[in-house]
Amino acid sequence: MARMKFLCDADRCIECNACVTACKNENEVPWGMNRRRVVTINDGKPGERSVSMACMHCTDAPCQAVCPVDAFYTTADGVVLHSKDICIGCGYCFYACPFGAPQYPRVGNFGSRGKMDKCTYCAGGPEEDGSMAEYEKYGANRLAEGKLPLCAEMCSTKSLLAGDGDIIAAIYKERVVKRGYGSGAWGWSTAYRETITT
Amino acid sequence: MATLVGKVRMGLVALLVSTLVALTAPSSAQQPNSVNPTASSVTEQQLLQQFKTIQGRGSIPDVKSYTIEQPAGRDWRHFHEVTLRWIGAVAIIGILALLVVFYLSRGMVRLKSGRSGVTIVRFNAFERFVHWMTASCFVILALSGLNITFGRPLLLPLMSPEAFTAFSEYAKYAHNYLSFPFTLGVVLIFFMWIAGNIPNRIDVQWLKRGGGIVGNDEPPAERFNAGQKMIYWIVVLGGTAIAVSGYALIFPFYGTNIEAMQGAEMAHAIIAMLFIAAMLGHIYIGTIGMEGAFEAMGTGTVDLNWAKEHHRLWLEQESTRTKAGRSQLRPAMRRGE
Repeated sequence: MARMKFLCDADRCIECNACVTACKNENEVPWGMNRRRVVTINDGKPGERSVSMACMHCTDAPCQAVCPVDAFYTTADGVVLHSKDICIGCGYCFYACPFGAPQYPRVGNFGSRGKMDKCTYCAGGPEEDGSMAEYEKYGANRLAEGKLPLCAEMCSTKSLLAGDGDIIAAIYKERVVKRGYGSGAWGWSTAYRETITT
Repeated sequence: MATLVGKVRMGLVALLVSTLVALTAPSSAQQPNSVNPTASSVTEQQLLQQFKTIQGRGSIPDVKSYTIEQPAGRDWRHFHEVTLRWIGAVAIIGILALLVVFYLSRGMVRLKSGRSGVTIVRFNAFERFVHWMTASCFVILALSGLNITFGRPLLLPLMSPEAFTAFSEYAKYAHNYLSFPFTLGVVLIFFMWIAGNIPNRIDVQWLKRGGGIVGNDEPPAERFNAGQKMIYWIVVLGGTAIAVSGYALIFPFYGTNIEAMQGAEMAHAIIAMLFIAAMLGHIYIGTIGMEGAFEAMGTGTVDLNWAKEHHRLWLEQESTRTKAGRSQLRPAMRRGE
């Protein structure tokens, strides 16, 4: 079985935000919420780098561990998904998440949170694959159609890679060897407890 | 004319091409691999070592999304999964075990001289209302809060996930909304009873003599003894801390960042566990731990002999304060009559 991962090659990201737009459109992510975002570090200074970040679908996911109602599950492909029917909107997964992935719609006054929403790796949720109910709650289920997440598919410089961890790591390694440099796979040591040695 | 212009143009182009070739020649002679744009760039390891988090500039309004990595979330997870459960289990099961052992060895603190049949007002209707408003809120807040920490391992296996979610969601709403009357109760308790709860020399004596709980002594006490003063300050200080940290959580990211939110949650949870343990002790003494104690908060009056044995100085003050001396005393039905 494949172990699905994301890899952002920061040396290639040109901060075009196509991944952000593709994600919002493909999954009909509501106003005010973003499953993926691009953040520029040291913006405007020499050596600035942009990284596209969403849920990294961690190994031994912290969100899944701290959820008081056990709303999360990890699929056989290593994708971390959750049930919006079980979520109570307590916000704990956001405190535990190393990548700030969980998002909450505002449903009332003050800070009251609705059901959590996050990147599903374009793999839907617990509902039947490709059903309307699944699409309305979680967005597209491209994985069930044999397609990869749209953010990575849309990436104009192929900075954002999605797919089996071993394969995308091999692609990245090859790139690094060919061009002679690479700032590493951002987030991998935190998410998967491993890095790509280059 | 046309040929002259053409010749000049040809000459210019030739000049341009030769300059371009001359300019690019030195750079193309360099090895392409020697250009390393990452040498001066930011690296993940260096940023994490320096700042513990990785932040940058984003282009969406959600400011918290500009933090792309905060591995401290894993420490918070460890606290929530392991540390907090140990603190809670030790504090709550520990105090319950202590109380059971104490009850079995000491038993209920009896009224030595029996009941006089005459009662004296101890807490008026307003005081009792504030106490029970705060207390009933506290019980629901405590149970709904414990559900967040212990519900998944203890309650979820007993019911369907949907039923547990429905219960937990109501518990969450109850926890959020009952915090307001609870906080009001803490504020009222602070002003209502502050006069009788300033520690003094009598408390030292009272504590040295075991407070009438440990052993069979009857140390004199004013309206509130040292033990009750401790409960008062636990409620006032603990209640304030739990309200401040709790409102930081109810209003997430209102002027707080992720570290502050994690810190507020940890403070809230630890204080809550200790608060619950202390209140279990309070409930014990107020009910099965001492004969005649519950009615102080139940009906608002206590037996004269109870007041003599446990709050002698208060009874003396009350007697001298009221001109008639016995105007506050009410004859009550003797037991068995």
